[in-house]
Amino acid sequence: MFEVISNEVLAENLHKMVLSAPRVARARKPGQFVMVRLDRGEERIPLTISDADPAAGTITLFIQAIGASTRKIVATKAGGSIRDLAGPLGKETRITNWGRVACVGGGVGTAVLFPLVKALAEAGNRITTIIGGRSSSLIILADELTPLSDTLIVTTEDGTLGIKGFVTSPLGDLLADPERVPQAVFAVGPVPMMKAVAEMTRKQRIETIVSLNPIMIDGTGMCGGCRVRIGSETRFACVDGPEFDAHLVDFDLLSDRLSIYRKEETAAHPLAECRIAGGIT
Amino acid sequence: MSNTLSVKERMSIERVAMPELPADLRSRNFEEVNLGLSHGQAVQEARRCLQCKNRGCVAGCPVGVSIPEFIDALASEELPRSAQILRRDNALPAVCGRVCPQETQCEALCVRGIKGEPVAIGYLERYVADWAMSHPELLQGDQAPAATGKSVVVVGSGPAGLTAAGELARLGHAVTIFEALHDTGGVLRYGIPEFRLPKDIIDREVALLTEQGVVIECNVIVGKTVTIAELRSDFDAIFIANGAGLPVMLNIPGENLKGVYAANEFLTRVNLMDAGRRDDSSTPIIKRREMAVIGGGNTAMDCVRTARRLGAERAMILYRRSEAEMPARVEEIKHAREEGVEFVMLTAPAAILGTADGWVSALRCLKMELGSPDESGRRRPQAIEGSEFELPAGVVIDAIGTGANPLLTSTAHDLFLNKSGNILIGSEEESNIPGVFAGGDIVRGGSTVILAMGDGKRAAAAIDKYLKRK
Ligand code: FES
Repeated sequence: MFEVISNEVLAENLHKMVLSAPRVARARKPGQFVMVRLDRGEERIPLTISDADPAAGTITLFIQAIGASTRKIVATKAGGSIRDLAGPLGKETRITNWGRVACVGGGVGTAVLFPLVKALAEAGNRITTIIGGRSSSLIILADELTPLSDTLIVTTEDGTLGIKGFVTSPLGDLLADPERVPQAVFAVGPVPMMKAVAEMTRKQRIETIVSLNPIMIDGTGMCGGCRVRIGSETRFACVDGPEFDAHLVDFDLLSDRLSIYRKEETAAHPLAECRIAGGIT
Repeated sequence: MSNTLSVKERMSIERVAMPELPADLRSRNFEEVNLGLSHGQAVQEARRCLQCKNRGCVAGCPVGVSIPEFIDALASEELPRSAQILRRDNALPAVCGRVCPQETQCEALCVRGIKGEPVAIGYLERYVADWAMSHPELLQGDQAPAATGKSVVVVGSGPAGLTAAGELARLGHAVTIFEALHDTGGVLRYGIPEFRLPKDIIDREVALLTEQGVVIECNVIVGKTVTIAELRSDFDAIFIANGAGLPVMLNIPGENLKGVYAANEFLTRVNLMDAGRRDDSSTPIIKRREMAVIGGGNTAMDCVRTARRLGAERAMILYRRSEAEMPARVEEIKHAREEGVEFVMLTAPAAILGTADGWVSALRCLKMELGSPDESGRRRPQAIEGSEFELPAGVVIDAIGTGANPLLTSTAHDLFLNKSGNILIGSEEESNIPGVFAGGDIVRGGSTVILAMGDGKRAAAAIDKYLKRK
């Protein structure tokens, strides 16, 4: 049992949950995730560890309630508990001082991006953070990311906040500006967004890292369900990733495999209509 | 009394047949296929044992169960005594009585098998173990051993880990098991389907261990949550039995199509996460009319019989040799066939074909023939030229095997491994690091439950010796 220490609502459907998990807090590195199962009979879902306090023995998760399972998890109040939580899983982010870095987050991907931005900032990088979503209510963590970034740019598709459009347009401006062009780009978000970012940076050969969100079960390399194609190789995202060189990722295969259970889900669990079956959120 | 029976009388009794759920019924549910013997059947079968001096059966048992003794007590209807003998030698008798390949172990060496049928040792083991589980009040509790003050951590709660934990607790050591998944049992729970080993049996075997004082903590992934180095400073000895959880991929075109599962994923979804087995499971599974399983071992049988139960009209097993070479247990093959599984033998997949939108639609296969024997002594399959054909399938399950999962070993750099990533151990199950022992599939590669248990038992004895020296 893992006690919920606090559970704050940061935005519509976005919760910041602090949980007691002393061993995970001690071992955790940026980029890693935990597998969470609320209770018996529930799914195991991967959630990125946003932050950890080894002294207090706690970890922080930003959870966007977008499916049946995440909704149940965020409904757990402070003082309540989560039955199963295992980790930290996945490889840690390779953090160095690149100089200028662009961090791009789309929708719920911003929650995954947050710990990377924090670690990159601590390593002395100058960061332009670009976060986007459909509408202003879906822009998350802007306040938390502002102090870590040199510049924070917000985009919304409907223009209700920041620049109207997609994250790719301010990124394009950045890439075209010799003064501001980043040495590395981190991108986390919906597959089409990550794919678009990868295409944009490919020509200039800018190192680009994406965090992938395939369907996972165990998260320990045991089932092979999370397999992704990286270059000519099949890799398991839960142990070999979740971060990979964006220029080698087969994004079409990833989005195809993410759709495997879409029909089953809508039939069996009408609430889960937009859950990206088991992806890391 | 049984011992008043003459040899002739014993010889005249015929081997009992295991009562089973009818095939048409069971191929639509997940209930246990073998129903277990009645008391009368069990006692009668026990009386077939000649109590011979050779004790071949004991030599054939990887954990050395005192088979003639427990059978003799059963034949005399002294069930508490029989149960005590069995439990003394075997930490998980209700599991072994169900999943051990007795036909190649104890029963293969039974003298009665020379001319006729061996004693049904496995059925009897199951009978006595099940009896013990439902009559705890009639069993004398083991006397609590004096605490040695030594602590041992066991990594993994599969058959090797559970066995070692039981033995070590009985010797008075404080035992903690760390399990990576959210539930106990390892492959017993995520791998072996309910129709062969009900989950309830695992729960009860595990409960017996916790009653003995074994502490089990789930959700601890050694190598990630804690390292071997940390464990070495927190415990007096370590037993690594984290299994062979790494699927071997087919490496043929199309293996990333939607509808292609590694056996581990397919079985974990159904067995551990209840997909397709319970209506309230939140884990989905793809069901199709035609489901093809590649491989010839017990895991392949488990997959194909599960596929059948999920509703596949054609649940097919594809194997590149012939049925005679299949490593699966005879009983599994028989049960699978009765349940309507199709055996597509001497067939190897060359590619998995898909629809335009990325779903599996068929397997492109090659017909094989058997050539001269290879290193394993089995005749090597060779593709027949021009024999390509297509087999329609909406789900393909890869059950060709598993390898060593590197999660733990990759964070314990000083541990010696072989080329395939398995931990190297000496004769006393000890690794190159003093106090760190290993057994089961992480040492053997994909093997069986009982061999893993044998490792657990030997490791426990070696650990006990080590702790006394220390
Ligand atoms: S989630 Fe099972 S191998 Fe990655």
